[in-house]
Amino acid sequence: MKTSFRFDEDVTIHKLRHYLPEQAPLKDFIHHNTLHAFQHEPFEQAIRKASKIFGFKTSLNLAEYRALYQEQKISKPLLERVITSEKGTQAAVQWIQKCTEQEYDASISKLTGRLRKYWKSHYHIDLDTIVHTNLFRILNSYLDQGIAVVTFPVENGGLLSALRTIEKNTYFSFFKTKRAKNLLFDDSVNIYALLQMLVGDESYFEQYLIDQQFAHPGWSGMVSVVEDHPQFLLEHKNITLTDVIHLELLLEIDNLDQTLGKKWQPLATVVQEPAIDVLNPGPLTELDEVLNLWQAAYEWSYYDEVLGGIKHRNQSHAKTSTPSFQAFFCIDDRECSIRRYIEQIDHNCTTYGTPGFFGIDTYYQPENGKFHTKICPAPVKPKHLIKEVSTVRLAERDVHFSKSTHGLLRSSLISQTLGFWSALKLSVNIFKPSLSPATTYSFRHMDKLSSLTIENKSPSHMQDGLQVGYTVDEMTNRVEAVLKSTGLVANFAPLVYMFGHGASSVNNTHYAGYDCGACSGRPGSVNARAFSFMANHSMVRQNLVTRGIAIPTETEFVGALHDTTRDEVMFYDEQTLSPANAKLHALNLGVFEQALDLNAKERSRRFMSINTELSAKKVHEAVKLRSVSLFEPRPELNHATNTLCIIGRRSLNGQLFLDRRAFLNSYDYRVDPDGKFLLGILNAAAPVCGGINLEYYFSRVDNEKLGAGSKLPHNVMGLLGVANGFDGDLRTGLPLQMIEVHDPLRLMVIVEHYPEVVLNTIKTNPATYEWFDKNWVMLAVENPDTKEILVFRNGEFLPYEPLATEFKVVKDATDLAETTSENLPVYEIQ
Amino acid sequence: MDTILALFIIIPFVGFVTSLLIPEKNEKLISGVAVFATGMQLFSTLVFLVYWVIAKFPTLNIKEQSIYQSGHYEFFIDLYFDKVTATYLLVGAILTFLIATYSQYYLHREKGYRRFFNTVLFFYLGYNITIFSGNFETLFIGWEILGVSSFLLIAFYRDRYLPVRNAFKVFSIYRLGDIGMILAMWMSHHLWHHNITFAELNNYDMVDHTLNEHLYLSVLISFMILLSAAVKSAQFPFTSWLPRAMEGPTPSSAIFYSSLSVHIGVFVLLRTFSFWEHLVGIRVLIGLLGLATSIAATFSGRVQSSIKSQVAYSSAAQIGIIFIEVALGLETLALIHFASNAFLRSYQLLVSPSVVTYLIREKFFNYMPSTPKQDPAWLTKIKYSLYVFSVREWHLDSFMFRFLWNPFKKLGRLFSFFNIKIALGLLPIYAAGIFFYHNQQYLSAWVLSMLPTTFAMIGFLMILRAFVERKNPVNSWWLVVFSHFWIALAVLYNELFDYSHTAIYLSGVVVSAIVGYVSLRYLLKREPGTDLNGFYGHSYEYEKLSGVFLLSCLGLAGFPITTTFLGEDLLYSHIQIDQFFLALFVSMSFIFSGLALIRMYARLFLGPHVKTYHQVGHRSS
Repeated sequence: MKTSFRFDEDVTIHKLRHYLPEQAPLKDFIHHNTLHAFQHEPFEQAIRKASKIFGFKTSLNLAEYRALYQEQKISKPLLERVITSEKGTQAAVQWIQKCTEQEYDASISKLTGRLRKYWKSHYHIDLDTIVHTNLFRILNSYLDQGIAVVTFPVENGGLLSALRTIEKNTYFSFFKTKRAKNLLFDDSVNIYALLQMLVGDESYFEQYLIDQQFAHPGWSGMVSVVEDHPQFLLEHKNITLTDVIHLELLLEIDNLDQTLGKKWQPLATVVQEPAIDVLNPGPLTELDEVLNLWQAAYEWSYYDEVLGGIKHRNQSHAKTSTPSFQAFFCIDDRECSIRRYIEQIDHNCTTYGTPGFFGIDTYYQPENGKFHTKICPAPVKPKHLIKEVSTVRLAERDVHFSKSTHGLLRSSLISQTLGFWSALKLSVNIFKPSLSPATTYSFRHMDKLSSLTIENKSPSHMQDGLQVGYTVDEMTNRVEAVLKSTGLVANFAPLVYMFGHGASSVNNTHYAGYDCGACSGRPGSVNARAFSFMANHSMVRQNLVTRGIAIPTETEFVGALHDTTRDEVMFYDEQTLSPANAKLHALNLGVFEQALDLNAKERSRRFMSINTELSAKKVHEAVKLRSVSLFEPRPELNHATNTLCIIGRRSLNGQLFLDRRAFLNSYDYRVDPDGKFLLGILNAAAPVCGGINLEYYFSRVDNEKLGAGSKLPHNVMGLLGVANGFDGDLRTGLPLQMIEVHDPLRLMVIVEHYPEVVLNTIKTNPATYEWFDKNWVMLAVENPDTKEILVFRNGEFLPYEPLATEFKVVKDATDLAETTSENLPVYEIQ
Repeated sequence: MDTILALFIIIPFVGFVTSLLIPEKNEKLISGVAVFATGMQLFSTLVFLVYWVIAKFPTLNIKEQSIYQSGHYEFFIDLYFDKVTATYLLVGAILTFLIATYSQYYLHREKGYRRFFNTVLFFYLGYNITIFSGNFETLFIGWEILGVSSFLLIAFYRDRYLPVRNAFKVFSIYRLGDIGMILAMWMSHHLWHHNITFAELNNYDMVDHTLNEHLYLSVLISFMILLSAAVKSAQFPFTSWLPRAMEGPTPSSAIFYSSLSVHIGVFVLLRTFSFWEHLVGIRVLIGLLGLATSIAATFSGRVQSSIKSQVAYSSAAQIGIIFIEVALGLETLALIHFASNAFLRSYQLLVSPSVVTYLIREKFFNYMPSTPKQDPAWLTKIKYSLYVFSVREWHLDSFMFRFLWNPFKKLGRLFSFFNIKIALGLLPIYAAGIFFYHNQQYLSAWVLSMLPTTFAMIGFLMILRAFVERKNPVNSWWLVVFSHFWIALAVLYNELFDYSHTAIYLSGVVVSAIVGYVSLRYLLKREPGTDLNGFYGHSYEYEKLSGVFLLSCLGLAGFPITTTFLGEDLLYSHIQIDQFFLALFVSMSFIFSGLALIRMYARLFLGPHVKTYHQVGHRSS
């Protein structure tokens, strides 16, 4: 531990912002690694460290692992294999005993909060509870995006400056005492000076601020995010974490003065322990190691089965003739089963997976939209804008959300009358749910009858510094990239479908997390449609030929959107199809319809309210009903149970039933011998799929501190986030209802390529390499020649021999749906 | 026709008891019982109302059951039915049935699924007892059930800190309403010399005669009724509890705190209307209170940046207007307004999570950047002032605690020396008290008149001491038990209150005391180091024990589950109208014993669990 604790405001604020949650406001919710702050350290160390600092529960606890072991969800041979490989053969027996029998004190203690607890123990004042209510209220009022009828009266200029303006000119005050208010006006007072008053001894300053800010990580994190990304707010606000800390320190002085008068001294005078460096806890304990062994054994119990399935798959089906149609889907784990059903119904078609923005890196502005919204992966900074041109843009209204119900007199008339309408609406919604203005409906993202400005005819066509549409050359690049990275460079079918995806729900504050992650939490309809337009463009096709992709003229691309909640699809620009293709398309519609029914049936096994034994059609109707039911907190289960990411040809996984647990990215190593496209795929897959997976992991293992808890009591705060009740901190992470069926396993990426190529590829980008090297994501390859499986460990690929060799065979996965709602093992599909 | 009234109490009661017996795991059966019971109630309501309408809206009154009789004192259950009951019954039945159906799916897999439906049905039972009550005693039974079930619903997420704190906050304000109700009961005993039924209040001549004769007492009674109505309906200056009650699952907040529960104050006013309708001052006061509330709540509501508190304040503001309507005697309008407001706010709260999608979409398509207006300086100052004042909720929350509870806490701390040993040391005085009760001839009349108040004061001090105890729960427990004995002794001196009455009163105390003590010992033996200085959350490991302890707390607090409840009412009927201080101390003891006991329960069994081997939430969540 350090001995000198000089306080440097910038350094401390930088540290705080590094460790605070990085969750965007609700409308821009994107999955990310909850413990991103620790990502430069190996997973096994990082999670234990985070636990010691902040008191998070970062894995299952001993009792939970042992219960899984009893239920044989952690297999004995794999536990032994993991322990032997980690601890050596000699110590194995001893460690097995430690894992399975030895008693440990499983309590989680934390280093934060140790300093500020002296306020309570010495002065009997519960400073947090008193200060938080007021602080949160001010922050929420200031940042509010449209709930309050009367908004914060001073626009911008920063939080402190706005407060100064108000406090100078009011009969009332946010402060209770004179001194604190005067300190607000004093420009010479900074955080250092306030800390001297409150804490006294400089060596405690940093520890004090960490204690203080991590007593409400939700609000502090939100402020920090808005500070960096002001564009997340439609209603622009200037705010910095420094201002918030300044304000909180003032409020603390204010409340101490009010409660204790002059009877208080800086905290350092009563603290009986030296300052500690809370961010550097001690080394791993034996219990930590035991838990890490359990976690590995838990993960390998599943990975082994999957790798075994791949190794022992039936490799005889090889398609050579031209398929009936080709369909692209997002790599999203929710699309894994619909692809299976489409292929099951039409044996001659082929499906592909690729990130669902289809390489269209752009902003989108719907008709009448006052803003534009990003529809490509979050880290991408688009230079293009696609605009919707439409004659109709229905914005249905619902008076229940109207602010006029909160006035006094007008509202009096409304509440004398509207209430009876409410009663009716509520009854209808309970007994016969249907779409309403309150529903988030993926098909509303873009109007089916609209047109899009996709092609840029003149480079001077700009708006807000963005180029409207793409030039032919830009379009060619994007089409080429998707086709080459997925390996579809020849043998084109007459129809190639591009399925974006989106979700529908009602009463769902986390709706953005249900849409396509590759489209920054928006439905992928615009992207699918734009890509199809580009791929159908005659000049683009000409250019593509020079790049080695010859698309036959009769081949046409069709943009579409798959609603993953309702299992509905919508196609765009069908009227432009050639008569021959229109006929084929009409035939294919039957395939899709049947596949959607079956897909809905498979999904329904997780839904208590649906009788899975009904026919697929009936189950599908019930599934649709869920998406519009106010009382349904689980319209769909989103990414729950995601564990795998498979990058390779369909033949690598097409014969396996993976229970919707896999992100599937099509990739043909033969098209990409030196791994150029693989790099692109992994650069996206590691942070996107890894981020989703880790957010689910952490929200599952500690739903109270790292997740958002049950969504049932959630209260929407300023349209920014949710809190419990009236005066709680913002809740970050995922609500209980999203993660309860999730098994906390890290993502396993399986690539079909030569190990040395994969190794070189991941080493090219240090940011991507860190995910694998520090074990936040697992990596395995199948050597396409030898069919040998190798696993990445400590910087190299080592051969792996799966223990699982025998697999049950299933013909139609919907049969499984009726048997259980639990996670299913790997099956071989006949 | 009137014999059927009891059915509307029996259905929720049977539903509640049945729901207690179903195993925790059986979700379908639990919610099935709730939906069936509330559906049955709705069905019976509809059938009954048709019948009632055909019979041309008769007012029904039925004396159901006499519980205890002694001299001219009689404790009986009385049911009453008129237009007001009909409206409350119908709105309550529709909403509860809809919400039960809604929650059946919404609560799926929630920890505490059964507890939720138990509490909802318990609440519903209390609601129906209240609206059917034909006298104060029956009303008070329902009233108490509403109070406790509210506490349990707000603290539904009992393993987090804020719900528990807010539940206790709301409970403590409710307790003020309870004192209003108790004193109103006490005074009306003396006003009418028997337990008056609401039906009798419709007798204009009788009421008019009494009012003329006892104007002062009548005003006081009305005032106490108004106090309890204002508390329950979140009127000025109690409004701030309403947004803080929004801690439970959204459907429970929707139905109870934005609709049914919060309109009970209006019900009490409508029910007692014929009593105070001729007291102009009271009517003006009710009107003014309603006006103050609607203004304060509207301003506070308009600056709320969280959706549930916005709905809560809007609801309170409308209830303010309903109060005005009631004061003006516009009963029908008030009833329509109640029904509509209840439905509207329930629905608004239920769809509140959708507000994100809706408002963001609206903003996306309709955004207009606001152009800063240049106001004259004085107007700016007023605007800023109003804004700050409203964001701070007119200081109503801090007001309650600074001026109401903190003085008592300080007073209690002054007596921190008063420990269990001193309490035991007072036993000889207690014995002397009993001795002199039998030998009153030894004491002068003045001393004799002072004794009851003194004994009651000792009892009250013990309770206050228990209320601020931070260390030993057992001490706190016994202090509450002892105080009951002192109060019994105090009232013993009053004529007609003899040992048999005392026995009724204390038998419940003794049983609860023993059960509670045994549970406490059991807990403390297994969890040494548990005190009252923080929250321990032991219900995580001792779920059953926490239930038993809660029951004994309720028993000791005079909740209608033991004879103490009856005894309390009996005891009040023997406090003379001129024994103001005695009544005051007894009532204060009543209030604070409830608070001290629920506080003890909350600290020992609720809040974030001290053991951190499992997930425990942040204190600020």
